[in-house]
Amino acid sequence: MRLEPIANPSLARSTLPPALAIAATVVVASLLAMLAGANPFAVLGLILKGAAGSQFAVLETLNRATPLIFTGLAVAVAFRARLWNIGAEAQLYAGALMTVVLGTGALQWPAAALLPMLVLVAMLAGAVVLLVPALLKVRFGVDEVVTTLLFNFIFLLFISLLLEGPLKDPMGMGWPKSERLIAEARLPRIVEGLRLHWGFALALIAAALVWVVQRRTTLGYEMRAVGLNREAARFAGIPVNAVLIKTALLSGGLAALAGFSEVAGVKGSLTLDLSPGFGYTGIIVAMLALLNPLGVIAAALFVAGIFVGADSMSRAVGVPTYLADIMLATALLLMVLAILLTRFRVVRE
Amino acid sequence: MTGADTAQVVLRLDRITKRFGALTANDAVSLDLRRGEVVALLGENGAGKTTLMNILFGQYTADEGQVMVMGQALPPGNPRAALEAGVGMVHQHFTLADNLTVLENVTLGTEPLWRWRSDRAAARAKIAKLSADFHLAVDPDARVGSLTVGERQRVEILKALYREARILILDEPTAVLTPQETDDLFTTLREAVTKGLSIVFISHKLHEVMDIAHRVVILRHGKVVAEMATTDTDRHALAAAMVGSTVSAPRVAPGVPGKALLHLEAVGTPDRGSAPGLKSVTVSLRAGQITGLAGVSGNGQAALADLIAGLSTPAMGQINLDGQALATWSPRAAVEHGIARIPEDRHKTGTIADFSLTENAILESYHKPPMSRAGWMSWSQAEAETQAIIKGYDVRCPGPDTRIRLLSGGNMQKLILGRVLEANPRIILANQPVRGLDIGAVNYVHEQLLKARDRGAAVLLISEDLDEIMALSDVIHVMSEGRLSPEFARGTMTPAELGVWMAGHGFDEGLAHAS
Amino acid sequence: MDILDILLSASFWAAAIRIASPLIFATLGELICERAGVLNLGIEGIMVAGAFAGWMAVYSGLGLWPGVAVAMAVGMGFGAVHSLLTVPFGLSQHVVGLGVTLLATSSTYYAYRLALPEVTSPPKITAFQPWEIPLLSDIPLIGPALFSQTPLTYLAFILVGVVSLVLYRTPLGLALRAAGENPAAVAAQGLSVTGLRMGAVIVGSGLMAVGGAFLTMSAFDSFFFEMVNGRGWICIALVVFGAWKPGKALLGAVLFAAFDALQIRVQQTPLGADIPYQIFLMTPYVLSILALIVMSRRAEVPAALMVAFNKGER
Repeated sequence: MRLEPIANPSLARSTLPPALAIAATVVVASLLAMLAGANPFAVLGLILKGAAGSQFAVLETLNRATPLIFTGLAVAVAFRARLWNIGAEAQLYAGALMTVVLGTGALQWPAAALLPMLVLVAMLAGAVVLLVPALLKVRFGVDEVVTTLLFNFIFLLFISLLLEGPLKDPMGMGWPKSERLIAEARLPRIVEGLRLHWGFALALIAAALVWVVQRRTTLGYEMRAVGLNREAARFAGIPVNAVLIKTALLSGGLAALAGFSEVAGVKGSLTLDLSPGFGYTGIIVAMLALLNPLGVIAAALFVAGIFVGADSMSRAVGVPTYLADIMLATALLLMVLAILLTRFRVVRE
Repeated sequence: MTGADTAQVVLRLDRITKRFGALTANDAVSLDLRRGEVVALLGENGAGKTTLMNILFGQYTADEGQVMVMGQALPPGNPRAALEAGVGMVHQHFTLADNLTVLENVTLGTEPLWRWRSDRAAARAKIAKLSADFHLAVDPDARVGSLTVGERQRVEILKALYREARILILDEPTAVLTPQETDDLFTTLREAVTKGLSIVFISHKLHEVMDIAHRVVILRHGKVVAEMATTDTDRHALAAAMVGSTVSAPRVAPGVPGKALLHLEAVGTPDRGSAPGLKSVTVSLRAGQITGLAGVSGNGQAALADLIAGLSTPAMGQINLDGQALATWSPRAAVEHGIARIPEDRHKTGTIADFSLTENAILESYHKPPMSRAGWMSWSQAEAETQAIIKGYDVRCPGPDTRIRLLSGGNMQKLILGRVLEANPRIILANQPVRGLDIGAVNYVHEQLLKARDRGAAVLLISEDLDEIMALSDVIHVMSEGRLSPEFARGTMTPAELGVWMAGHGFDEGLAHAS
Repeated sequence: MDILDILLSASFWAAAIRIASPLIFATLGELICERAGVLNLGIEGIMVAGAFAGWMAVYSGLGLWPGVAVAMAVGMGFGAVHSLLTVPFGLSQHVVGLGVTLLATSSTYYAYRLALPEVTSPPKITAFQPWEIPLLSDIPLIGPALFSQTPLTYLAFILVGVVSLVLYRTPLGLALRAAGENPAAVAAQGLSVTGLRMGAVIVGSGLMAVGGAFLTMSAFDSFFFEMVNGRGWICIALVVFGAWKPGKALLGAVLFAAFDALQIRVQQTPLGADIPYQIFLMTPYVLSILALIVMSRRAEVPAALMVAFNKGER
């Protein structure tokens, strides 16, 4: 079997494989639903309804999508430069941590000053957390996949340590939980009365900014060059190591914003279960978006919808929520294959 | 020698046709090989020689036609069947695993995979006998990664002989050998012929073809255009048949040397694995002059090229540009100082395959006006510049937005040339600039280099092709194991004499090597 | 009990060997994949799947060894998915690996919820019991440590020898090592790079799953979520630490397990009581990162690791 590049793919060739990938995902979900003894159409219908079938559902999906846009952007930016940032989870918590350290009373500023400060500090924290594995890679050639992964475990333990110690809420009734944020540190709602906070708007702005950086700045050009062919980039004079470090700082900062957004927009304090794996889900979002920052918005909405819908469906008919994770994993694997098939022909040799 | 006419036909390619998309790589190619014959398959790069051999060897399946070995049709697309039928191939890019020993590389795939133990002793004995019979001296327990290029080729040939090949195919075997090593190879091949083997020898080097082959088959654009016995022809006729018209090598007027633009003084760099570093190299590149660097790959050319390109800095000694010592050195600094670098491998280092032509064209200039200002890209300027290069350097492409991976090698090289020459460089580093290109592109690149020289640039030409070096260079140095020979003016050395230096002997005889 | 006492106690070394066992299986599995040129990031998920599959088979009435076989088969299945996407199609080994980990983990959790919907505490099976080797298990210190382990542990150690033998002394092992170094060399000798790489990934994934099954069938006797807890990623570090050699990988696994066993016991000492337990739990992961830094020279990386092989690429 051999793969041959296609010079001018037809419209069918460009759209059919991804469509089939999604269709196959739906089929897999249906089979699994039947295995659980449920009606597959009912299950799929409930997922759709739970994702977007009411104002409540839509808002819930948008809320769920917010941290996913941030982590999806973080991963997309990093993966573009072939920097395998699997540590978005730790970077998220770093952002959440700094939000809580400064936002529970240490800085008594008005919201207009405090919120930007929290954003800045959160991004710095996330950047620093990814900087360590990035430096290890650049200086010692240590593969960042494993280091960023292991860092997730280490950092979460670190958070646990802090929450049971110095950051512990004295009025928390024994739960490991931080103090609550002061009012000035909370992200306000976008529209009065609707349960959607400014974090969502911030995420959209972040996506737009990342798009601009990638397409129109020299840094974006450098990141793409380094990601596609590091050797050629180095030969041409592009400062590869500096580019990787800058990419790491940007990526870590974006992931940290997910933590800031969840604490300041939704939860109001830091607990160990702040993130049900947003950092890892960000990888799926980024891949489904083909690493395109604007595509990340669409992919995050899609993924969030599946999760929110599955939660609601599960409450209704009892099919385990892990169906959503299986669907996403299947979609991911089939989609990368489908994308390949839009650009290459399979030739029997 | 010509009693071969009545000898048995051991290999017959019958109207082989192979298409890759719109390109017809082989067009109804037919070829006979008789026992004890050496047939040379001649053609320029892109003529279809390697494709044809890959079909024979089973890496590709022909769209039409068949292959017959010893009268039996060969199952297509099956390397194992080809090996078992007695076809052995010595590839142009060696197919050896560096982490394994010679013995392991030779026995790879020769025993059934479900076997519990490898029979090392028998293998060892067989290799020793083959080494002796065919003059292929090599240590079976040496790690292939530590062998020289010549030794590796011997392992490649041993692999084929170990599998009892009756037909040997050699794909451009002398591209990486010194003249003496080439003589050794030919001795081995003649020995093989007396033992009844038949040989297909792929090359574009006419004097070698005349030397070793009984018959020549010439391919052009995928078709067989001529077939002749070497006794009935000469190099000029062959060249004409290869290209389709009488070709005369461009008359190269000597350059007028100016002052030294780049000077390396006793420069040393550390070895990197099996690639030697520079050993106290002193050389000047003068304006208006082409300095040719001859030598077999792997003798320090990469270290010198990397140094001048800005990828490495000297551990000892100095680089002087315009008479001034350099403070900092990097690829970007090299570009800033007016050094144009044409890298050895246009796919790996010269271009980014999935970038468009425009994005490739600005790889060295994107960070300055007019391509960008204060970090903000100006794509319209970039595209305009690219269009200028496409026009000025005859880059055949659908447009500046095409991904460069869709271009042919020749057009890619022209873009690279345009990219570096547009900046009017004072120094040009041309590293294997015409490797793998068809004759049209080769002449074009040479023309551009000569034009740049006549405008006053200093050109360093690194090439494995001694003919190219001797035709273009005003002065020649030879590189061997990181050491640089003295300068030889145009016309003062024969290939054999240069070959002595290439093999390292000139240095040993204590001939002075100050510049 | 101070540190020296701990290090000299047989129970410590017995625990170290026990903790090392799943790591040995999984590290050998990953080593086989990487030697052939494929990075398998599905290891974490495959271990989870193996842990559940083996346990579930026994819970459903099969014997222990058939349960191990089931775990292995499940691992091989995920290995087939991984290798199909990464070898003939040449898709990114990073992305596919992470996708497989997610797929395997979520499938496992889904199956668990389907099979045991109402349980609050995980049900138990009768796991492998320690099998004392007569005579050898009476030797002081090393007796209880090495020779009073469960049969799966003995299997792990035997496998190190078997993998070594196959890799370095058989034609198959030679072909595998060549595939990870220069696939063109393998193809030129008439062998199938695709077949070798896919086979390596499938077999390696099977071993990873057995490593996971060790947790539910030998170390403990029930399955609970978050049980693998990053061991898969640690094994990837162990492959690097062992320079892609089975013997060294074994050493690395045992060393690492010893540190892990040590930190558990130190927590009980007066010194340990003052330090927050999270610090102790961090040590395995920090150690793995340090191991990677130390071995960062990486002179012996299989040269074709993560390089897809396109037959006759033009």
